[in-house]
Amino acid sequence: MKIPAIRVKGLTKIYGETIAVDNIDFEVKTNSITALLGGNGAGKTTTIAMLLGLLLPTSGNIEILGENMIRSRYRVLSRMNFGSPYVNLPKRLTVRENLLVFANLYGMTDATGRIKQLINELDLGDFIDRPSGQLSSGQSTRVALAKALINAPELLLLDEPTASLDPDTADWVRGYLEGYREATGATILLASHNMSEVERMGSEVLMMKEGHIVDSGRPRDIILRHGRQTLEEVFLDIARSNRHTDPTGL
Amino acid sequence: MNETITVHRKPAPPLAGQYLDKPFSPRRIGAMALRYLFLLRSSWTRIVELAYWPIMQMVLWGFMTEFLLRSESVVLRASGMLIAAALLWDVMFRSNIGVAISFLEEMWSRNLAQLFASPLRPYEWALSLLTISLIRTLVGVIPAALLAIPLYNYSLFEMGLPLIAFFANLMLFGGAIGLAVSAMILRYGLGAESLAWVGIFALAPVSGIYYPIDTLPSWLQSIAWALPSAAVFEGMRAVLADGVFRTDLFYRAVSLNVVYTITGLAIFLAVFRIARKRGLLLQVGE
Repeated sequence: MKIPAIRVKGLTKIYGETIAVDNIDFEVKTNSITALLGGNGAGKTTTIAMLLGLLLPTSGNIEILGENMIRSRYRVLSRMNFGSPYVNLPKRLTVRENLLVFANLYGMTDATGRIKQLINELDLGDFIDRPSGQLSSGQSTRVALAKALINAPELLLLDEPTASLDPDTADWVRGYLEGYREATGATILLASHNMSEVERMGSEVLMMKEGHIVDSGRPRDIILRHGRQTLEEVFLDIARSNRHTDPTGL
Repeated sequence: MNETITVHRKPAPPLAGQYLDKPFSPRRIGAMALRYLFLLRSSWTRIVELAYWPIMQMVLWGFMTEFLLRSESVVLRASGMLIAAALLWDVMFRSNIGVAISFLEEMWSRNLAQLFASPLRPYEWALSLLTISLIRTLVGVIPAALLAIPLYNYSLFEMGLPLIAFFANLMLFGGAIGLAVSAMILRYGLGAESLAWVGIFALAPVSGIYYPIDTLPSWLQSIAWALPSAAVFEGMRAVLADGVFRTDLFYRAVSLNVVYTITGLAIFLAVFRIARKRGLLLQVGE
């Protein structure tokens, strides 16, 4: 039996009196695209930060690619990567300089060759020597993707990869990620609250709310289970399930 | 848009072309130093600013020296003592600022999450900060030292090998303070940014930069002698006034620097762990 790419047990994160993530368990199968869905404050970014080792859990266990992330995260960090539109690359460095730094941080033996490959695949040629702070959103997204793929990761964690992108660029990014997974056998975990994106891309969905996983499974199965037509309707049901207030005040 | 996906072979640990992860990688340290060099190179004003302050200091103290050379005092007539003191103080100051500014560049660009999702270790980052601080200090101080030769007929380099000893000790001490200050900024956010400038100045009065330590009140002398900088500046005066390199002061400076460097690094690593607990790597701001 294949080891799951990610295995999480009893994962909890508490800040003071706030429980950001509350005792969650989940597994992400190798060579899958799994979506972590949830509204603002659901705990998606906190969960991803713990998976990356940027945030120490309060309790629980995380295994990534068979390694314990809390004790031995450096054994896997070179095999994974992440991308987020909310975490920038230094704006004054050119795209090439930024990629060169990260290629060296990830220990690529042929950093220049790898960068050339990514320039071709992601069509970065026109702005490769432009400062990263002078790019459009679409260009920045492609650069962020290039950085996330610099080490040809086995596991890719993406936090809202198509946020603030026009539909054409967003569609291109989705297609590219699906192609990367197929070509390399990589695993992708993507945090999003774009339901149609998740329906298209995700083979598995983990739905989070207030730090809990409230449902999980294949998108179609979740939709059927809730008796809805789309994942967005399911999401709204879950988001509104504890609301009792009449908005008119009557 | 080119949508051709280059076919990769199925990944298997370790991926060909990647290093097996090492706990200490000069390459990662070099990558971070390169990053800071790229940042420096991208702004000519920052490069000019590096040399500007040491040159202004040197000019100011150079004229002061010229004035005081008319004095009867043998000590004050010791050639270039004030210029040497100003330049060596700048080494310590620049070393501290070099670490802190490079650290702040990461905080301002909200980039810590990107860096520490990579295999970069925090101690490698600390070493890269010290490395770039050395480069920044050299870029700043050497032009000022060279300019003193035609302007005041004084060459800091005539001090000879003792200059290397003084330089190394002050670089290390300034860097250790820079690491500790950077740790405080990481812990308390950009609201504590002014520590980068304020912290090192608190040590200036008790480092005996321009006057002997015995000028200070006796209770303050004990504090001064706990600093490697005091030993360095006393040693500098011994070389310039008496032509003697005092090995006792040198060893004192080195021993104290070992303690301060280990302490600075320990504080940095401890705060880094706190940052991981509290999510500080994910959010940067006041």
